[in-house]
Amino acid sequence: MSTTTAPEPTRRDFIYVATGAVAAVGVGLTAWPFIDQMNPSSAVLALASIEVDISTIAVGQQTVFTFRGHPLFVRRRTPKEIADARAVNVSDLPDPLARNENLAEDAPATDANREQHSEFLVVSGVCTHLGCTPTVSTPQVPQGEFGGWLCHCHGSQYDTAGRIRKGPAPQNLAIPKYSFLSPTRIKVG
Amino acid sequence: MSGPSTYVPKSGFSRWMDSRLPLARFAHDTMLTFPTPRNLNIWYAFGAILTVMLGIQIVTGVVLAMHYVANANLAFDSVEGIMRDINYGWLIRYMHANGASFFFIAVYIHMFRGLYYGSYKAPREVLWILGVILYLLMVATAFFGYVLPWGQMSFWGATVITNFFSALDQIVPHMGSSIATWLWGGYAVGDPTLNRFFSLHYLLPFVIAGVVGLHIWALHVPGNNNPLGIDVKGPQDTVPFHPYYTVKDGFYVALFLLVYVGFVFYAPNFFGNPDNYTPANPVVTPPDIVPEWYLLPFYAMLRSVPQKLLGVLVMAGSLVTLVFVPWLDTSKVRSSRFRPLMKQFFWLFVVDCVILGYCGSQGADASLEMMHGMQLPLVWIARLGTAFYFAFFWLIMPLLGLIETPKPLPASIAQPVLSPAE
Repeated sequence: MSTTTAPEPTRRDFIYVATGAVAAVGVGLTAWPFIDQMNPSSAVLALASIEVDISTIAVGQQTVFTFRGHPLFVRRRTPKEIADARAVNVSDLPDPLARNENLAEDAPATDANREQHSEFLVVSGVCTHLGCTPTVSTPQVPQGEFGGWLCHCHGSQYDTAGRIRKGPAPQNLAIPKYSFLSPTRIKVG
Repeated sequence: MSGPSTYVPKSGFSRWMDSRLPLARFAHDTMLTFPTPRNLNIWYAFGAILTVMLGIQIVTGVVLAMHYVANANLAFDSVEGIMRDINYGWLIRYMHANGASFFFIAVYIHMFRGLYYGSYKAPREVLWILGVILYLLMVATAFFGYVLPWGQMSFWGATVITNFFSALDQIVPHMGSSIATWLWGGYAVGDPTLNRFFSLHYLLPFVIAGVVGLHIWALHVPGNNNPLGIDVKGPQDTVPFHPYYTVKDGFYVALFLLVYVGFVFYAPNFFGNPDNYTPANPVVTPPDIVPEWYLLPFYAMLRSVPQKLLGVLVMAGSLVTLVFVPWLDTSKVRSSRFRPLMKQFFWLFVVDCVILGYCGSQGADASLEMMHGMQLPLVWIARLGTAFYFAFFWLIMPLLGLIETPKPLPASIAQPVLSPAE
């Protein structure tokens, strides 16, 4: 008989391991409800999509709607703003992706991929840095160098297609799922 | 605690109690006879001041919670109700709001005191780290508390700070945003966020009180450091805590409270931001959003980095750095009194923190008007300030211990105290 083998497990060892295993699984299973209760509740998740009338927005103007608790910008761009947005080379952009939920994730950030109607630009009003609401730039009161938006919190600047051009924000303003129900009405979400 | 207990129960009841739950013995040994260095100066009174401030915050906070409503539609009005309708509500709320500021004034003096006299050095590393944990708990509590009135600064401060986590998206896609959504309980800061922040704001002060217990325990094992930074050599170097330091601490507590109530009564909104008297509006960010004054240096560090993830990491790193201070300081001498170079760098560091605070208080694109109409963007000053902050801990502290020649240390605490001045 070999003397180097470990002693035969006893009933006490079995109870020890079994109790430990049950306790570990139990702690894990009990922890999850206490973590998951913090996530959005069914009532919050059920937030319906919104339909908005955009016919009252004048050229050069922006209207702010509320979508899922966040501001949503609908901006009716001037011909110059459209031309400026189209003149930009995608390779010069800090974030080359369109960030458009209506398109594939790897769609490039061309102006065409940022809009569905050349005049109406629909973008989330949440700065991709730390979530402030950027201020719209107008020819009378320019905000930043790119004619789009300037976030006053930490100085991020967006162009007239809502693309990040300067400052700490890492991404272009997000574009939620939306569609034109009629030429003057859009459904978001 | 240090040394054998000298408590002698006098009555029959205290003898009976002493052999069952020796509470009186514990209080006697920790608060009355505890041997304390005889040379502690005013800067050592801030521990007692902080304890008093914690007490004030808990008492006023419990009272405010009786009248406050944690609901996004009612919170702002309930705070206004406290200010206008509740008997003495204005006083209790101003005590609480200014109490937070004075709590931080005291903790910053307490921390700078620890840095100056080397109170973090062996054998007090754990004491220092518990202090860093207490400071972080204070910051979290203050942040949750600032959200509760549900004004514009409350709302947007909560938005910006919880969005720090979304920077983690740059490491693992969607990880950071999932954490942010989890913290919010929705797609944005809203009613669920306010409710959980209220719950945590009520909880954390008691956690702080618990860690304060550990902090004092860790203080009483090696005993107090002192302005000379040398060890206690014997009974001639110490005095009993009572009456010597109960009276000295009590005197400075009274002085500190005098300044505090001066602000409560005559300038109650001095530390506040007028924007927070505007109800929260989720679609309009105020033009200049700034945190409370005590977080401005860290805010300046965040903004000085033009990249989101790096900015958040730099800010978090500036706090985590404090944990390593006991091992970054390589000097054998504790007190800066005997460290001619450290003394100068210490004051440079204090000035650096003030400059960073100033940078954090100004707009993101602010600049200083220089001579001949030249503009110096503040962000560059903040970058230099941030660089010095990290250099102080990670370069200067380790190097000074190697290159600096400290002045000769006195033989004991009692010697320079008792010997006549030259």
